[in-house]
Amino acid sequence: MEVYLYIALFAPLVGSLFAGLFGAYPKMLFTGVIASGLLFASFVSSAILLNYVLAGHTVHVEMMTWIAAGDLYIPFGFVVDQVSVTMMMVVSVVSTVVHVYSIGYMAHDKGFNRFFSYLSAFVFSMMVLVMSDNFLGLFIGWEGVGLCSWLLIGFWYHKESATWAANEAFIMNRIADLAMLIGIFMMYWNLGSLQYDVVFANVATLPMHIITWIGIFLFIGAMGKSAQFPLHTWLADAMEGPTPVSALIHAATMVTAGVYLVVRANPIYSEIPDVGNAIASLGAFVAMFAATMALVNRDMKRIIAYSTLSQLGYMFVAAGLGAYWVALFHLMAHAFFKALLFLGAGNVMHAMHDELDPFKMGGLKKSMKVTWIFMTLASVALAGIYPLAGFFSKDLILEVAFVEQHYILYTVLLLTAGLTAFYSFRLVALIFHGNERHLEHGIHPHEAYSFMLYAMAPLAVLAVIAGMVFKTPYYLMVTNLLPAMTYHIHNHTTFWIMTIGTQLFVIAAITYAYKKYAKAVKVDKKVESGLLYQLLYNQYYIPKIYDEVFSKPYLKLSKLAWKEIDLKIVDATVDGIANVIYQTGEKTHTMQNGNLSSMLRWMVIGLVVLLVLAVAFTAGYNAVNLQAM
Amino acid sequence: MEITLTHYLVLSTVLFAIGLIGVMRRKNLLMLFFATEILLNAVNIGMAAISHYRGDYTGQMFAFFIIAIAASEVAVGLGLLIVWYKRTGKIDLDQMTSMRG
Repeated sequence: MEVYLYIALFAPLVGSLFAGLFGAYPKMLFTGVIASGLLFASFVSSAILLNYVLAGHTVHVEMMTWIAAGDLYIPFGFVVDQVSVTMMMVVSVVSTVVHVYSIGYMAHDKGFNRFFSYLSAFVFSMMVLVMSDNFLGLFIGWEGVGLCSWLLIGFWYHKESATWAANEAFIMNRIADLAMLIGIFMMYWNLGSLQYDVVFANVATLPMHIITWIGIFLFIGAMGKSAQFPLHTWLADAMEGPTPVSALIHAATMVTAGVYLVVRANPIYSEIPDVGNAIASLGAFVAMFAATMALVNRDMKRIIAYSTLSQLGYMFVAAGLGAYWVALFHLMAHAFFKALLFLGAGNVMHAMHDELDPFKMGGLKKSMKVTWIFMTLASVALAGIYPLAGFFSKDLILEVAFVEQHYILYTVLLLTAGLTAFYSFRLVALIFHGNERHLEHGIHPHEAYSFMLYAMAPLAVLAVIAGMVFKTPYYLMVTNLLPAMTYHIHNHTTFWIMTIGTQLFVIAAITYAYKKYAKAVKVDKKVESGLLYQLLYNQYYIPKIYDEVFSKPYLKLSKLAWKEIDLKIVDATVDGIANVIYQTGEKTHTMQNGNLSSMLRWMVIGLVVLLVLAVAFTAGYNAVNLQAM
Repeated sequence: MEITLTHYLVLSTVLFAIGLIGVMRRKNLLMLFFATEILLNAVNIGMAAISHYRGDYTGQMFAFFIIAIAASEVAVGLGLLIVWYKRTGKIDLDQMTSMRG
């Protein structure tokens, strides 16, 4: 089984290095094909491992020693257990699909080979992240995905906005990673190991406040990667990257790493239910907060990005309330339908010549039938309509909140479910229904290559069946490792009222969205100039606040440091030293006039000076030492 | 009056000073060699004297070495000097300025 583990882990790396060989060359189709093929090999290996894990085994290998110094021993160890194999399946399925899709999507891009190199490198980092058997290995993968995210957001580096967004994402993640590192340091300081099994076995022996701080610091790291408030602004800006990147990294895999961390560290968080409650509250807040921003946005990809943010909030609610398997389940289901949604959006973008404003589209269902079906399916799954994936995973989170008697969280999440349905179908209605507004802009849409659509098909199938088919086997498998909580509402009447009520509420939101946007788009000036609309449209002015509070003062400080400290103190000192030496040389070079006689005289002067110094030092040394005696 | 170590050292110092002044003031290359010899022998006197008064022969051995090295140095130096004289017809220090920096 170890060989499958290594194939699953290293096939993407091989693909990345291979594609990287041709990074500077113009498009070569085989780089994409080979990278995709290797990803598929990784997927097959993951599937074999899944089968093995389902039979009740786990694989744990120690590839080699990494750091061994004194008491510190950290190996390159990898573990395939119930949790990591779930993540491996999600990552390898979505990334294989995205790789194949990208062959079509990036077909006319100059950086075709480079793109596949980065994309496969990302998958490798993500595999390291989920498969590592210790926190430091996880951190390496964590940084690796951050780096690849930076490379891919800024893939079109000639665009100012893309490089800006890439840097923003990278810097925000660094801030969070610092906290995560502190958490890891604390763990090592107090437990003397970073291996998952050692840490989790001994964490309960630590004093309460130390566990609390470890939990908080690790969660801050998770907040950065999963773009939770207040570190959320980078995710929407990250949509500058190519759309397959958004699908793979900023919807399905990397941003869920934070959730994975909390799920993986569940023995820590189980000790500190207060922190868990805080996580759940923050998650619920972000779910609502992001959904409201998605309501009014006019950028197709940003709407989906806010939707991702909102769903990550859901996952954190589940993880915070101790329902780790529910969080992981929603992570999985969400990965499938959100990636599908993004890839559909990619098709639309291609058809619309990179137009992102859905208000300039409309009626695309005629020319893009398959994309329309896929995106509708994904939206239905996202909205949580029975029997698609979202119903089983998202409604489960609602039930968790209800059963755990967090009624406020429940209400917030219920409202958010309505908002989710509304904005998802607002998008679908604007893009695919109504009159063809894009004709005014002289755009004639066409469907994407058929192999791209075939590549998307597995995701569509998974978005439909993931909840129904996978729930029971998944639960039986994963609860070998995660706390096996079942969330049943004991009263049957309440259960049915809740389920049907939620469904009706969501369907009402969908109907309202269709009614409002599917026919003709009426722009309501009064609403749009209203305070609430402006607040939401400007993302609660948070980017602006960050700009004013952090970026601008920092720029001022930097300029001050440059003009006052660097130029006037540092540079002046260095230049001063150089000047003194230069001037001394200028003044004394007359000494070397080539006249032997005067050279000899200088030599004698030097001798006398040395003699005087020697005598003076000896005398001084004796004086001090004699005094001491 | 008994001759003590101090007398020898004063003699050595006086000779050294004469040698130094010679090195500084003389323009004739031959005179410069004489001055150098005086410097070396001033040191020799000091060494031999101290060696005698301390009953340790190391100093005298050093003096012999210095004499030997001084002799070879003068041999090489005089050889160079003769070549220089044949080339230029002069042995004036002030004319040897080819090493101007």
